[in-house]
Amino acid sequence: MDKSGMLEISPVITASRLDIGYSKETIVGGIEFSLRAGQSLALVGVNGSGKTTLLKTLVGLLPTLAGNLDVLGTLPGKSPARIAYLSQFHASSFILPMRAIDVVRMGRFANHGLLGRMDSEDEAIVIQSMQRMGIANLAKMPLRSLSGGQQQRVYITQSLARRADVLILDEPTSGLDASGKEIYQQVIVEELSRGAAAVVATHDIQEAMNSSCAMLLARKVIAYGKGAEIITPQSLLETFGIVITTQANQTGIMVVEREHEHNGARKY
Amino acid sequence: MNFLVEPFLSNTFLLRALIAGMLVSITCGIVGTFVVLRGLAFIGDALAHGVLPGIAAALLLGIPGIIGASLGALVMIGGISLITQRTRLSSDTAIGLLFVGMLALGVVIVSRSTSFSGDIVQILFGEILGINDQAVLIQVTATLILAITAAICARPFLLLCFNPEQAQVSGFSARLYHNIMLAMIAMAVIVSFQTVGTLLVFGMLLAPAGAGALLARRVEAMMAWAAAIGSLSVYVGLLTSYYLNLAAGSSIVLTATIIFFIVLAIKNIQLAQNQRQGGEAHG
Repeated sequence: MDKSGMLEISPVITASRLDIGYSKETIVGGIEFSLRAGQSLALVGVNGSGKTTLLKTLVGLLPTLAGNLDVLGTLPGKSPARIAYLSQFHASSFILPMRAIDVVRMGRFANHGLLGRMDSEDEAIVIQSMQRMGIANLAKMPLRSLSGGQQQRVYITQSLARRADVLILDEPTSGLDASGKEIYQQVIVEELSRGAAAVVATHDIQEAMNSSCAMLLARKVIAYGKGAEIITPQSLLETFGIVITTQANQTGIMVVEREHEHNGARKY
Repeated sequence: MNFLVEPFLSNTFLLRALIAGMLVSITCGIVGTFVVLRGLAFIGDALAHGVLPGIAAALLLGIPGIIGASLGALVMIGGISLITQRTRLSSDTAIGLLFVGMLALGVVIVSRSTSFSGDIVQILFGEILGINDQAVLIQVTATLILAITAAICARPFLLLCFNPEQAQVSGFSARLYHNIMLAMIAMAVIVSFQTVGTLLVFGMLLAPAGAGALLARRVEAMMAWAAAIGSLSVYVGLLTSYYLNLAAGSSIVLTATIIFFIVLAIKNIQLAQNQRQGGEAHG
């Protein structure tokens, strides 16, 4: 999904010799990649492989352990209005008294800070974002009365409402039904063509194939490059442990997942 | 209907109690909403008890209880963050430990003085029928400060309730606004101890906000519900205590708790009815 025709633009994200992880534990070391406006990077790997750790590092929630990471010309976390983050888990949608539209409006907070006024333009962006994800009719519904898939659409919409230059999405399609996934894929194409860059953690091999580039993770970088070139039965075997190929399946590759233990070694 | 109003008109102390109690309700409505939504009940409880030795020490030394309470709250919050940051113990261990420690310290201080037993009951259960104009004034000031702070910090607070990571990524320091929230809980506890007492202020933080969470569709509405339910509890509690000669502070908190369970029951019946009528659940 390269936006061709754009002239030499400096990358929006550059990582070199980057080590990521939690305070004392390196999860993935030596990460190298760069991403330009209009490009998407798919992170593929099982739970615990380092996808979420990398995403959290990109938005500044986790410090880098070593190496260099440049996001939008500065350190991660320094330009909140230009980067949107969809996290994997949401704490208390169960009790939280908020309507769908209130959750989406929160996506605009970063653009205005503590006290900056939100005006009709913000409201238009909020409504338009909800329409794009097909949830305009749910705007006034309490979040807790929505199904898991509808809630996930609301969270994706919150990220869209930022009108960010970089989208960091952690398993955005989890919980989405078929039509939700279709809408999401369409929306991502639109976002990239308006010039946003996206880093997406995914289990969907097809989505990774469609991305500008892909990175296979298994507590180390298994492969990085054009999806179609690096996604092979061998690299998937290294990433996921088990691969079953079937011809009936359209993607040609079906993945059976095996989780990595968080200490890296798996004992039987 | 005269008997519902008359006691407050003919007894200034009861009217003052009503006003102070309603102010406490507004304070606890604002702060309690965050306590409930962010799951800070345990830390609120700890603060409510942590201020006890401070108040006891202040009374022993003859300085205003509110200063002692503030110091107690500071020690409590400082201790909790020290333990959680310097060790790998979880915050509920830290809170539980300090909670018991501070309570014990309070009782030890109280036991130094023989003429103190009346005061400890007053600290724990408040003295809503005996508060003066100055206490009401302090309560007004605190309510204003808390309301203004909540309004200014509305965006980061909403994000914190939604997801602390989202607050951080949106450019609001999650730690800073979490600490502001803790300070607000501490302030609500400190100023409310004179009216409903340290033990009961906690009930006023939780019960009305808990009922509000069940009723409201928006956080602002939840605060309004909590303040209204708290105020109703104060009114009903005072009236009950007047006619039946019951402890005022406890009657108020008991009323708030009963209202919470009534709301819970109604909501559950509604839910059951909806499920029976609708049949289909969301997919």
